[in-house]
Amino acid sequence: MTRLIVVAAWLVIASAQTSVGQQAVPINDREAYEIALQLRCVVCQNLSVADSPSEMAQQMRAIVRERLAMGERPEQVIQYFVDRYGEWILLAPRRRGFTLLVWLFPIVAVAVGLAVTGLVVARWRRRAEAQRRPADLTIDPAIRERIRRELEAEDG
Amino acid sequence: MTRAWRWLIPLSAVPVIALLAYGFRVNPRDIPSPLVGRPAAEFTLATFSGEPLALESHRGKVVVLNFWASWCYPACYEEAPVLERNWRAYRDRGLVVIGVDIQDTAEAAQKFIRQFGLTFPNVRDVDGKVSIEYGIYGVPETFFLDRQGRIRAKHVGAVTDEVFRREVEPLLSEGASATTPTGASARPTGADS
Repeated sequence: MTRLIVVAAWLVIASAQTSVGQQAVPINDREAYEIALQLRCVVCQNLSVADSPSEMAQQMRAIVRERLAMGERPEQVIQYFVDRYGEWILLAPRRRGFTLLVWLFPIVAVAVGLAVTGLVVARWRRRAEAQRRPADLTIDPAIRERIRRELEAEDG
Repeated sequence: MTRAWRWLIPLSAVPVIALLAYGFRVNPRDIPSPLVGRPAAEFTLATFSGEPLALESHRGKVVVLNFWASWCYPACYEEAPVLERNWRAYRDRGLVVIGVDIQDTAEAAQKFIRQFGLTFPNVRDVDGKVSIEYGIYGVPETFFLDRQGRIRAKHVGAVTDEVFRREVEPLLSEGASATTPTGASARPTGADS
């Protein structure tokens, strides 16, 4: 169904463009939407260009479509905005360079946390065992002998 | 566990707390513009009287490019008299102030221009293309361009007399045929500086 809608929209746009007489590349609606989804709406709080009803976001969506129609690849369209706004325009930081840290830090933090927890638990267990063992050893041999005898008597 | 281990866990929280403290002190509206130090994008927009104004036609002058809107209160209302006053003071020394009205209606914008008696050229960016070309994320935002048409500074928020003077004086004192400055001297100016 979604594919049908996308194809229908695609056809409408393609026919609209030929009627205007522009030598433009037909736009894939989904592609335009996915680009807008990655861009920050500059006048909103934590909204993407795709989700914002603001005038600025509308204008940015128009530019996305325009650049796709010019034959640019999605990465080039995104780079156009990054060149003007900096990487701040991207809702998700890029997985390279300094911003790679943002992606790696949580993984490293979880790994370190697990390692520390493991070490602490191991230490607790060692301590608990150490406390139990001397108690076993301090049983009086006479009492131990008596327990053994009584258990035997019961079995018999 | 050794004594060192006992300290390691609370110590590991220190960088995280430091990072948070830094984050809370930074103004999220202060976004450094990657355009500072780069040539300003050319544009031609219509003034309110319908005549085309090309940025290129002011090459050789120091250009103060101010993005504003009539609904931007109070910052745009605070800076409008400042821009007018300084434009009058500096225009004979080879400076031009160009106002770019964005996300606005022509009527409201013209009322604003009349209210402050603005005499410097003002154009309308109807489809927002020029605003996006300049990485605008709010109003007012002001770019200071040198005589070679290079963006040398960006100011976010209302321009004051002090900001205007500080940004414009060094650009005016650079000769029209001066060598292109390096990006090292270019920097964005803070909103509250």
